[in-house]
Formats: sequence, structure tokens, C-alpha cells
Amino acid sequence: MLKLIIRRLLGMIPVLFIIITLTFFLIRLAPGNPFANDKAFPEEVIQALNKQYGLDKPLHIQYFNYITELAKGNLGPSTRYAGKTVNEMIAEHLPTSLALGLIAYGFALILGVSIGIISSLRQNSSLDYLSMAIAMFGISIPSFVLGPLLVIVFSLTLFWLPPARWGEPKHLILPALTLSAIYIAYIARLTRSGMLEVLRADYIRTARAKGLTESVVVLRHALRGGIIPVVSFTGPALTFLLAGTIVVEKIFVIPGLGRIFIEAANSRDYFVVMGLTLFVSILLVIMNLLVDIVIGLLDPRISYK
Amino acid sequence: MSQQVNTRVEDTSPVVGSSLWQDAWQRLKKNKLAMLGVVILLIIILVSTFGPLLSSYSYDQINLDRNSEPPSWEHWFGTDQLGRDILVRTLVGGRISLMVGIIATAVSFVIGVTYGAISGYFGGYIDELMMRIVDIIYSLPYLFLVIVLLAFFTKSIFMLFFILGGVSWLTMARIVRGQVLSIKNQEFIEAARAVGVETPMIIFRHVIPNTLGPVIVYTTLTIPSAMLSEAFLSFLGLGVQPPLASWGTMVNDGVEAIAVYPWQLIFPGLLMAVTLFSLNFLGDGLRDALDPQMRKD
Repeated sequence: MLKLIIRRLLGMIPVLFIIITLTFFLIRLAPGNPFANDKAFPEEVIQALNKQYGLDKPLHIQYFNYITELAKGNLGPSTRYAGKTVNEMIAEHLPTSLALGLIAYGFALILGVSIGIISSLRQNSSLDYLSMAIAMFGISIPSFVLGPLLVIVFSLTLFWLPPARWGEPKHLILPALTLSAIYIAYIARLTRSGMLEVLRADYIRTARAKGLTESVVVLRHALRGGIIPVVSFTGPALTFLLAGTIVVEKIFVIPGLGRIFIEAANSRDYFVVMGLTLFVSILLVIMNLLVDIVIGLLDPRISYK
Repeated sequence: MSQQVNTRVEDTSPVVGSSLWQDAWQRLKKNKLAMLGVVILLIIILVSTFGPLLSSYSYDQINLDRNSEPPSWEHWFGTDQLGRDILVRTLVGGRISLMVGIIATAVSFVIGVTYGAISGYFGGYIDELMMRIVDIIYSLPYLFLVIVLLAFFTKSIFMLFFILGGVSWLTMARIVRGQVLSIKNQEFIEAARAVGVETPMIIFRHVIPNTLGPVIVYTTLTIPSAMLSEAFLSFLGLGVQPPLASWGTMVNDGVEAIAVYPWQLIFPGLLMAVTLFSLNFLGDGLRDALDPQMRKD
């Protein structure tokens, strides 16, 4: 296990290097530059600004400089918000995205897995069909429809929750629900199919034959194997929830990382885009490592030799 | 489990492989909900393909005097803000959305499943390398890829298919790999190896069929998300451009008018929902039909 972790963490370095390189040149290929939108600036000012941020140098020098700074842990300055560094911006907005993403995924896991288990135990019953129909609804309804709908019901009609504010824990509920809807559905369906596969396996029959109670059989024996597709799905899903919640952030006016990314992309704030992409890829690689560890713990037959 | 495993290992002649699908088809035919799904899907495909030819309106025929009219005998689904017939627009839009669904499914099925199975089966450094490639593709900022593609190539629907196809297989590959990791050490695979079945044969005939449950379920989940991504990409300017529409873009536009002209959201939304539900039932039916553990009955 320790060997796996060390190997993967070492393997992270070339992966991140490739991602940085590809992203660096990809965003420079895009038309526009950080100061093109500010038409009020005279040419000399733009040149001075480019010089200040080192954007006047040839591209390969800029790339080399960026990598050098990165090695020191410095993600560079923001060209849009003068005086702010990318490190500061991520540190400032990460807690928000983290809270939102984790709560949303928590909702999704608890509800999704429970619905999936119940459906699989009552396969082809009306309860099963109903749950799966609701799940399909959750997948098909886009968050820009669901978000406003939840606000109308819970904030403007029932007055239970505030429509769009940020700061207190209760402000998290509606955005987290909106975000989690699609994941509840994914997880419910993946759990159901995973459980159906496992419930007929020999070792489950053995467990039943030993006289274990149904709940022990289902929760301790079947769920271990049945939940593997959900665990595989968690790596990309959680990464996305922590970083890519643009639509929901916009609906509920939440100061998270997604909004920063879109702003930075639109204003060609190169260092911010680079920094966030790098951050997301580190997150993804670590999530996938955790996923592999969890899968290995759940299923003793798996070995990563 | 052990019974069917033994039979499958003993007969490695091609007859067994093809009978998997024949058996599945036999079982699928008995599943009424799944067959209902097939019929509805066929109807929707036929109507989207040929329906617009029969209408006296075209999808881009503007009639400003009759904008945002509720459903009537002349316009069954009503008209949109430019007085265009929503029925014809929904049907034409269906062609694009169905196409998006088919492409995303095909790519995630062919590339995602094969890639994930190979990665999981070989394990070790091959697995490591293949999964890190997936991580790299997954991490690229797609917004910029879209901007760059738009800057260097002419806008076309193929670009949209290219992007959607490029992304849709990644999570599938990870899910299949996770399944294969746990399948590949089971007795029946070992038995197949022991009797000298060649590796590609083991992967395609023994490993992949046992991952089909989650694969099919994930596919039915990929289709709606591909259709919604299409709406988002079209919104960014890549893909479907006005006057052409897709279900996704029509729903997108319809949401803004929901309080005043609900039919502009309801009809395209309804057709999309019916399609997704049918796919869902078909997917569940297929899953049950292909489940190796259910083959005894």
C-alpha cells in the first residue's frame, strides 16, 4: 500500500508537467490577451503592463520562467486583479468551494447509495421503478432549471431558506441540493446495478446460509462489492464538484472557484487559468489515488502489483 | 455463478460468444418495459427524421405576426418568439440531440470500455500509464479548447461531436477499469488462462461481458449529460447555431420564457424526457438481459 502511494505520488510529477505544458500553450493559442479588453489604455501602457508581467518576452522564455516560479510554489500574479497573486485567490475561494462540494457529495452519497440499495433489494417492484424514474428525472433536469425551481419553492413560497446569500451554514443547503441532484441519480443507478451483480454471488449465498441477518449480509458483505462502480465514479465526480460548479455559483451568487475560472478565462488572466487548471489536476490525481486505495480495501482480490 | 462459468470456459468455440447476444435478445424480448422503450425510441427517431418533411412549416420560417402563440390546430406545439413552429423545430432539434446521444454512446462504448478493460486487465505499469493519460485529458481546460477550436476552424457541428466524443469515454474507462480489477482475479478468468485462451479473447469474451451491467447503466447516464453539454457548448458558440436548434438549446431558451410562454419549454422538454425514459428502460432491460448471473433461467 505504501509502495502504491509513493509510486503514484512520484508518477504525479510527469503527469502534472504534461498538463502544465499543454495548458500553457493551449491558452496562449486562444485569441486575445489580458489587456486587449481595456480599450481605454494607450499602446504604451499596454506595453508597460506586458513588461511588468513578463508577457513581452518570447513564449518559450515565458514558459521557462513560469516553470521556474512554479517550482518555488509561486503560481504567479493575476493580471485582472492587480496586486493579487493566484495563490491568494485560490486560498481565498477554496474554502467556499470545498464546503459546497463536500456537502453536495455527502448528500449525493447518502441518498444515492440508500436509494440504490433499496431499489436493488426490490428489483422490478414499483418502488424500484419509481426510484429509478426519479433518478432519471434528476439526471435530465439541468441545474439552471432545478436551482431557480428550488428557490421558488423553498425561499419564495415556503420562506424556509434564504434565496441567494453566503456566509451561514443554512445558505449552503439549496445550492448543495441543486448540485447534488444529478449525482444522487448517478450514484443511485450505479449502486443498484452494482448491488444486483453482487447479490447473486456465491459468497452472498454463503453469508445467508451462515444465518447472518439480512442487514449484515447487505451492508457488510454485498455493499462492499456492489459499491465499486460508485467509488470509481467518485474520483472525477468529486473533482468536478470541488472545482466546476460554475452554473450553481452563478445562480446562488456564491464566491467559489468556478466563477473565478470563468472570469479569468474571459479576461485571459493567464496565470489564474493556469493555476486553477493545475490545482484541479492535482486534485484529480489525488482523488483517483484515494479511489484506488478504497477499491483495494473493499475488494481483497484486487492487487496493484 | 460457478455453473455458467464452467460452461463458458469449457466451450471456447465461437458459438458460445454469439449466443451471449442471442440469449440476451431472447430475454430482452420478454421484457415489456424494455420493448416499449425500443418502440418509442424507434417512433421518435422516425418522426424526427421524416416528420419535418410532412409539415407545411420549416424550422426557420419566421412569422413575426404570430409570435409566441399557444398550441392551436395550425401550430400543434405553439410558436416561439419569432413565430416559428415549435413542433417542426422540436423534431429537427431531435435529430441533433439524438445524434449527440448516439455519438457519445458509441465513443464511450467502443473506446471507453476497451481502454478501461485493457488498462485494468494488464495492471501494473500499463494501467498506470493508461490511467494517467486519462487524467491528463480530463484535466485540460475545455473552455479553452473550445475557444481555440473556434478561433482556428470554421464553426461546425462536427467540432461539437469531436469535443463531446473526446470527453465522454473518460469516466467510462475508469469505471470499467475498476470492475475489471476485481473481475480479473476471479476463478473463471484464471481457468480461462489456465486452458490457454489467448489474452485478447479473454478480455473481449470473458472480462468485458462481465462488466456490461455498470457499462450499460453508465451509458444511459452519459446520453442525457451529453445532450445537456451540447446545449452548453452551443451556448458558447460551438455546435448548433440559430436558426437551427436542438432539444438542449430549446430547453435553454424555454427556461427564460417559462412563466409567460410555458409551451416553449414544455414540448421540447417533454420529448427529451420521453426519449431519456425510454432509453432508461431499454438500458435496464439490456442490463438484466446481459447479466451473466441471470442466464440460468
